[in-house]
Amino acid sequence: MKSVFGDRRAVILLLTPALLVYSLVMLVPVVWSLGYTFFEGNAINGFSFAGLDNFRELLSDPDAHAALWFTVRFALVLTVVQVAMGYLLSLLYVFVLRRASSLVRTLVFFPVILPTVAVSLLFQQLFEYAPRNGPVNSLLNVFGIHSVDWFGSSGSAFWVLIIMETWRSMGFYAVLLYAGLVDIPEEILESARLDGASGVRLVRHVVVPLSLPVLLSSVIFSINGTLKIFDSVVALTNGGPGSSTTPLTVYMFQTSFSYGEYGYGSTIALLLTMLCLVVTLFIFRTSRRDTTKA
Amino acid sequence: MFQRGRRTARLTAGLSIVAAGALALSACSGSDSSSGSDAKSGPFKYLSFSENTTIQDTLKTLASGQCADANSKAELQVTTQPQASFDQQIQLLAGQGALPSIFPAGNSPSVAKELDRSSSLVDTGAELEALGDSDDILPAAKSTIEKLYDGKDYVLPTELNVEGIWYNKKLFADNGIEAPATWGDLTADAAKLEAAGVQPFAADGKDGWPLTRLIGNYIYRSVGADALQAVADGKAKLTDQAYVDAAQAVADLGAKGYFGKSVGSIDYTTAMNQFLTGKAGMYYMGSWALANFNDPKQNQIGADNIGFVPFPTVSGGKGGSELAANVGVPLALSKKSYDSGSKAWLDCIAKNYGAAALKGSGTITGFKVNGDAGKVPALTKSVQEQIDSSTDTVLWFEALFDPKATTTSQTNAALLVNGKLSAADFMSKIQADLG
Repeated sequence: MKSVFGDRRAVILLLTPALLVYSLVMLVPVVWSLGYTFFEGNAINGFSFAGLDNFRELLSDPDAHAALWFTVRFALVLTVVQVAMGYLLSLLYVFVLRRASSLVRTLVFFPVILPTVAVSLLFQQLFEYAPRNGPVNSLLNVFGIHSVDWFGSSGSAFWVLIIMETWRSMGFYAVLLYAGLVDIPEEILESARLDGASGVRLVRHVVVPLSLPVLLSSVIFSINGTLKIFDSVVALTNGGPGSSTTPLTVYMFQTSFSYGEYGYGSTIALLLTMLCLVVTLFIFRTSRRDTTKA
Repeated sequence: MFQRGRRTARLTAGLSIVAAGALALSACSGSDSSSGSDAKSGPFKYLSFSENTTIQDTLKTLASGQCADANSKAELQVTTQPQASFDQQIQLLAGQGALPSIFPAGNSPSVAKELDRSSSLVDTGAELEALGDSDDILPAAKSTIEKLYDGKDYVLPTELNVEGIWYNKKLFADNGIEAPATWGDLTADAAKLEAAGVQPFAADGKDGWPLTRLIGNYIYRSVGADALQAVADGKAKLTDQAYVDAAQAVADLGAKGYFGKSVGSIDYTTAMNQFLTGKAGMYYMGSWALANFNDPKQNQIGADNIGFVPFPTVSGGKGGSELAANVGVPLALSKKSYDSGSKAWLDCIAKNYGAAALKGSGTITGFKVNGDAGKVPALTKSVQEQIDSSTDTVLWFEALFDPKATTTSQTNAALLVNGKLSAADFMSKIQADLG
């Protein structure tokens, strides 16, 4: 084996096919898309060089700014909520349910494997206001509260999206974080308990610092997933009411494929890529600093 | 010597492989589509919306009936593409010079205009004239097509839908009201229905367009039949007071609760169901809904109980009483694939599509009905008579908008009638997209 990896020709021979496929399906389209940001036009009448026009449009487009603001707000809130819920569930599995947690873990994980459209239809029915009240509004009526038009205003539609996505994904983060928690040596927990740490103090001073690497991985997973949210929004609110729940991904899709502005659509895609990159780098830097401190 | 011989043999073998490959490729490339008229044509390929089976069914019926000759020359081949991704597919095919023989002209008129600019479409108006089939296109259909496509005829009207207000005759009689002729009548009728506990209008606010259609019609009646063309030409703006007033008039209907609660949550099927189960007194819709009205399973109020009036006039308005119309899913023909087979099909479609569609699916088309159309329901017949007597039509609100302005208009319509967006802001948003 050592002689194979020591042979430069063998290494090139083994790496080339994979590198070629990766370049063709990943790098070429990315670079191609980057190139489109300097062009305008479409496949029918061809493309013409537009210089920095697409970037100027991005700076002055109120719809793009609204979509960016929604994306950032949605990603931050959802990341906090779904990772927090996942972490609480994982603590429940490890410290309360212990060996009996497998059934609960399976049940909570179940929504992860459901198709997004099915989940969205379910939540549309749950929060329905017209032509008939859904279960949520019926429940509110039982307590004497008036029905709410959940999808009629941007604020309530935002929170229905957050609730749906949390329900759909917390099982995944719970399992991910559970894997991190079970890795904490029992002896450390035991010695902490002997020193008098229990409950919230044990979690705060022992469990959280020891599970920080997996917690940060969850945050990176979550923020990148939520920044790129698409299908849930399209299926549940279709970006409405108006365009108040339209994230950058949906705006990019509409611009490129519905409005036929491929150049400007690619510019929005570039903005989204930069956003993901900056956020991920920020989290990596923060985590490195924290680990050193610990 | 031996070495040289081996090299020559290798070279010969290599060249042979390249030559064989070239031959195989040229065999795959097929014949030139612009072959002579006597030569066997390529297939007549129809790329259909997946969701629309009416046109493909009619074409299949024609292929085995009146268009059998054309079909023997160029066999009908149907493929489908979901409507949501249809425009992208057409753009892609046009970019590759691989458009099918006949296809829906996109989800908005701008796609066909773009194709026409690149000289990809057959001038069907000129071709039909050369074939002696010009009279087979109804004047109302021709008027609608020319308004939609900058005065040009490069699509075929597989539907001709007129739009207006359908009303429940029994509910009107029970409440002592008559079909509205003016906007004042309409609001008075709505007030009486509301007072009687009947929802005045059924409307699909989820998709938005049934609401914006009301705004468009109001503009045509109040400002004039060329009001939205003036906006497209940059001679007027949607933010001008007369245009904002139209949006305000429709917003007022919403403010009074005439569309029921949360119209933004009501989809097309629910709105149709509200009207056909007698829960709503009026319903603005196109004549394509006749298929639902004539279906006893869906229509619980009875087809005889449904009346139709054009959009009412507006007091002091400059507009006439033209019917709002559209040509449903207009079909375009690819210039590159246009050969003798396609020509035979075009001739046959012009002569026979109208009767075949009316007989097969009850669809009123923009083609003259030549021959047996079977038994036509009374409601369909009365609408068809209105269409036949119309020579001029008006378009819908977004007909001349670009796709972005269309999306803005339709996604904000529910906010307008729910009072969450002012009429001035609604029009400003659309005007911003129009530039």
